[in-house]
This record gives sequence, structure tokens and C-alpha cells, in this order.
Amino acid sequence: MGTVSSSSAPKTGSSAATRKVAAVCFWAWQWIAAGVAAAAGAPSARAPDTIAARVAACDACHDAAGRASAEGYIPRIAGKPAAYLYNQLRHFRDGRRQSPAMTSLVAHQTDAYLREIAAHYAALALPHRPLPASRATPAVLARGRTLALDGDRARGIPACAACHDASLGGVAPDMPGLTGLPRDYINGQLGAWKNGTRRAAAPDCMAEIARALGPEDVAAVSAWLATQPAGPLAAPGPRPAPPLRCGTLAAP
Amino acid sequence: MRRIGTAVAALVALAAGGVAWLAAAGLAEPADAVDAPVPAAAPDAARVRGAYLARAGNCALCHTAPGEAPYAGGRAIDTPFGRVYASNLTPDAATGLGNWSADDFWRAMHHGKSRDGRLLVPAFPYVQYTRVRRADADAIFAYLRTLAPVARPNRAHALRFPYGSRAALALWRGLYFRAGTYRDDHARDGAWNRGAYLVQGLGHCGACHAPRDALGGSARDSLDGGTLAESGWHAPALGGGAATDTLTGAARLQDLVAYLSHGVSTRRAASGPMAGVVAESLQHLAPEDVQAMATYLLALPAPVRPAHPAPTASAVLDAGARLYDRHCADCHGADGRGAPPAYPPLAGNGALTLPDAANAIRLVLHGGFPPGTAGNPRPFGMPPYRLQLGDAEVAAVVSYVRNAWGNRAGLVSAAEVDRHRALSLP
Repeated sequence: MGTVSSSSAPKTGSSAATRKVAAVCFWAWQWIAAGVAAAAGAPSARAPDTIAARVAACDACHDAAGRASAEGYIPRIAGKPAAYLYNQLRHFRDGRRQSPAMTSLVAHQTDAYLREIAAHYAALALPHRPLPASRATPAVLARGRTLALDGDRARGIPACAACHDASLGGVAPDMPGLTGLPRDYINGQLGAWKNGTRRAAAPDCMAEIARALGPEDVAAVSAWLATQPAGPLAAPGPRPAPPLRCGTLAAP
Repeated sequence: MRRIGTAVAALVALAAGGVAWLAAAGLAEPADAVDAPVPAAAPDAARVRGAYLARAGNCALCHTAPGEAPYAGGRAIDTPFGRVYASNLTPDAATGLGNWSADDFWRAMHHGKSRDGRLLVPAFPYVQYTRVRRADADAIFAYLRTLAPVARPNRAHALRFPYGSRAALALWRGLYFRAGTYRDDHARDGAWNRGAYLVQGLGHCGACHAPRDALGGSARDSLDGGTLAESGWHAPALGGGAATDTLTGAARLQDLVAYLSHGVSTRRAASGPMAGVVAESLQHLAPEDVQAMATYLLALPAPVRPAHPAPTASAVLDAGARLYDRHCADCHGADGRGAPPAYPPLAGNGALTLPDAANAIRLVLHGGFPPGTAGNPRPFGMPPYRLQLGDAEVAAVVSYVRNAWGNRAGLVSAAEVDRHRALSLP
């Protein structure tokens, strides 16, 4: 059942004229079929067959081009590394990150489609919006800068820059940038890691780091990072080996 | 005085007797002609068929916690009576079905009782699964036995008093449950009967698509439409295939089959909880089974909808028309014909003109993607407008699309939109 009989297979050496006649017949048939469809009242409008059109729904929150909202919570996604974005989409779908809005949108999408969506936003190289001025005190910002760039060796807290690139702009394929993000978003992620509502594959290195941070540390590093503008794309790599074991990262 | 007292006492006794009788009826296990286990001819074939039937029953959707081992249970399901947790169906001896026999499994599916005689809560749709034939239940059980055992203890339900008590469940069963497998209607053909068997039984369509009363019960085999209490989604009445509207004959059947198997058709797109039903269950079914279900649904009498006169011109509809031009027309077209299957048509879309506007409101507020399926692996999404549009604006644009291009349905109020903002997602 379902196999093509040998008699219907094209004969070898068929002439170009035969192919031309076949092509004409095909287009004539297409034209007639289109006419019939139009007569039957079928809509003639077509959606653009692009990934951008398919995921245009995401623009409503992530800006027309995947940039962070100027104020508030919603992160930029344009220019973040593809494997990182793919992991996050799966985390939302599979309950390792908590956002009812995100989960309801990706709940029934396949891995292949989520990978394609991630690659689309990762490749968007865009100038990001200017960041709002920080209301944090200079002392808090200085504390945040120290944590981000040098860490706190005495308490075993590595610098953000040790993994997220010296620029903090992230490294392809899986290390996200920390720049160009709203303060509340960074704050929210560190809090979610602390209380276990944001999870990644074990060993969950960011959860370990977040749990080592005190509330003042979280506030300081969030405030300072939110003053750092993002470049259009993450660094191409290779990424240095992280100081902690991280289950979410591909082997270097 | 004494006479009144006697009358009251008699009434109370009568009521108590009625309750006791109902509860007794709810506890009974009437023998069914097809109760006897069917000797499995080829165990491997039964397991393959069981895997397929488990898909048709969409068992994994509830019995899998998000991101965790399939069938190991733990998923929380909110009901108006409290939260229930799906159980572990893997063959782990201590926490799953490891010690269950095919008879035990049949008792759960057919009578709604656990191995130890405990009454199962009706969130487990035994009201529908009782329609399933013994051979099919046995095949599902044979398949579940082949899963890798996962040690995951079941979590106790968190139901408010008295809903989880044995007495309340017995009474509920007396009111709403009658055990009995599906019997073929010999006046109908094979496809209709196969469709009826799947829709009424494993498909448990009535779990959402039937109106529920205050006690969560519904009329037997009803598909007259229901509202999901926790999320506000409206599961429309399925008679006449619901929203196929202007199509007739084979095109109508084809459209419904496409919708059920791919999640989109030339007329509509699956959203809300139905997206999960398509993704996890319906898209995996054999074409002839989906066709049979569609055949049965289209043969059901179409629901009677209240007639709406053409709306009189109003400021609300004018505002809705302007909002439509600004936010919606790029995709759905100024003529409302859309570009299916990417952008569903709104003109003549029966899903849009349901008496309950919940789904249209929810789609405008929260957006959504149809399920990613083999037939439609890269769906187009509908943007959420909750950040851009206020309640009055959403009400205006939904009122407009429900009454443009010949559509006729009731207008929507801002209060209705506000109510949906507060309800849970998805």
C-alpha cells in the first residue's frame, strides 16, 4: 500500500520538450485551481512566510524588535545567545521558570520550533534603547560594580564577568548577557533562583551563587547592571570555563 | 402542632432515605455484560494499542507534572472545590500501579474506584471513561506496565470539606454517575459509532464541553458547552461541529478534521486548553479515528443560538472599528477574512460569535499560539493586548468583531473584560 508502481515512474531520458509541456500543464492547473478557489470565496490574502511574522506576537511585550522595555520588568531578547534563549523557552514550557504569560504562549510548541524562535532573536543585532538613570546611591552602585567585576572571593562569590564575558554582554552559544536589562528583571531572577522558582539543569550554578548573595548584594548588583548598556550581540566565543560546575552549559 | 412535627419528621426521614439510596447507588458496582477480562491474544499488540488508546484518552496530560517523568503524576489541577493532584501511573510498586491487576485498573476506569475501594474524585473523568470497553482498558493497562517505574509518592488532594469525603463522593456518584460501557447504535454506521465511542469515552470531551451545575455534575453524555471555572475559557457546545458555519458537506467534515488533527483549519485555530488536547492527544490519532469523531460531532443537533438583530450604530462599535483598523486589520484583513491558516478569518467565525464571549476576550487580552503539530509545526501567534488596551477598548473591539461583516452576537462590557484579566492563565 502506498508504494509507487514502476510504470508511473518517469522514464529515463525524457526530452526537454516533455518537461516543458509538463511545466505548462502544471502552471495551467495551478492557475485554474487558484481561479476555482477564488470563485469559491477562498481568501486570497497570504501571511508572510517568515519566522518574524510567525512570532510577531512576542513583540507586544518584548518591543517591536525584542528589546527591553524602557522601564519595568520585561527583558530584551534580541542578541542574546541562541542556546540560552532556547533553554529559557523550554524552561517556561516545562515549569522551570515561572511566568504564566510566557508558559501559556509556549506550552504546546515543539523543541524544533522553540530552537528556531531562539535563533531568530539571537541573530537580531539591534541598537538598544537608552537605559533609565539609576536612583541608587553611589555607594550601592560601587558595591554592585565590585560584585559584578571582581566578585567577593572571601565569600566564594565569583564575578559575573568571570562567565558572562568581561563586557558582561554574554558569550555565544549559551552564556546570556547581563547588560541592557531592567533592574527589576535582574532583581527578580536572582530572587527566583534563591527561592527555587527559577531552575536550570543540575548542578544549578546560578542558584548556588544567588543563595550566597545577601539581599543588599542582590539590590546592589541589580542596580549597577541596569546602568550598563547592551551591545547588539553576544561575544562569539569561545567561552572560558566557568569557575563553578553548571549543568545548563554545553561542554566547552 | 404535633401533626406538623410528624410531617417534618417524615419529610426528613424521606430525604435521608433518598440521600442514603443515592449514596448506595453511588457505591454499587453493577456488573456489566462486558466486565469480564478479555484474554489478550498477543500481549505486544495489546501494548502498542494501549499506547495509542492512552493518547486518545490524553492520560499523560494530567498524569505528568510539567517537565517531569511522563505518567508519574503530581500535576496540580484546580477545581471549584479545591486542588487535586494526579496520581502516579507508572508501575512502581510502592507509589504507582506496580501492585495493580488488570481488574483493579478496570475498576478505576469503569467504576471510578481505586484498588483499595477508595472513591476516586471525578476530576478523574470516570464518568466518561466508564464508556470504554474492557479490552481497551486492558490494553491501556498493559501499556502502562511497560513504562519505567518512577518512585514518586502521590500527593493528597487539597479539597475543601466536605467535597473529598467518602459520603460526599458517594452522594455525587448517586446523582451523576452510572457505570456502563458504550453500546453501538445499530441504526448508525461504523464511523458514527466509532466516533461516538471515542468522543463519549476516552476522548472525555464532555469533561469540558458540558455544562456543570453547582456540584460540578453534568447531564450524561452532554456536549452542550461548558465554562472552565478556574480559567474562564468557554468550551463551546459541539453539536453540528460547532463553528464550521458556512461550510457544508465534505468541506465541513474536512475542516473539522483539519482543526482536530493539526490545530488549525481554514476556519479556526485551537487555543486555550483545546491547544493541549490537540497537541498531546488528537494529532496522534489515526486519520480514520479523527474522521469518525468529526462525523459523530457533525451529526449531533446544532445548538440553538439566540438571534441577534443587526446592531444599531453606536459610539462603542465606532471605537471598536477604529481599534480594529489600527491593531487587527493588518493580519485579519479589513474584510475580516484573514489569511488562514496563519490568521484565522473573523468574518463568519462561529467561535467568535458564541453567546459567551470569553474566548474572544481572552485571546485579545492574552494572545496565544495554536499548538505546534506535525501538520502545523510553526504556528503563527496572536499577540497579547493586555498591556496596550484598556478594558473599555478590549470590550469595544471584541463587540465590533462580533458584529462586523454579518457577524451577530451580544456586545461585551468592560466589566466582563476586567473579570478575565484577573482569571488564571492559560
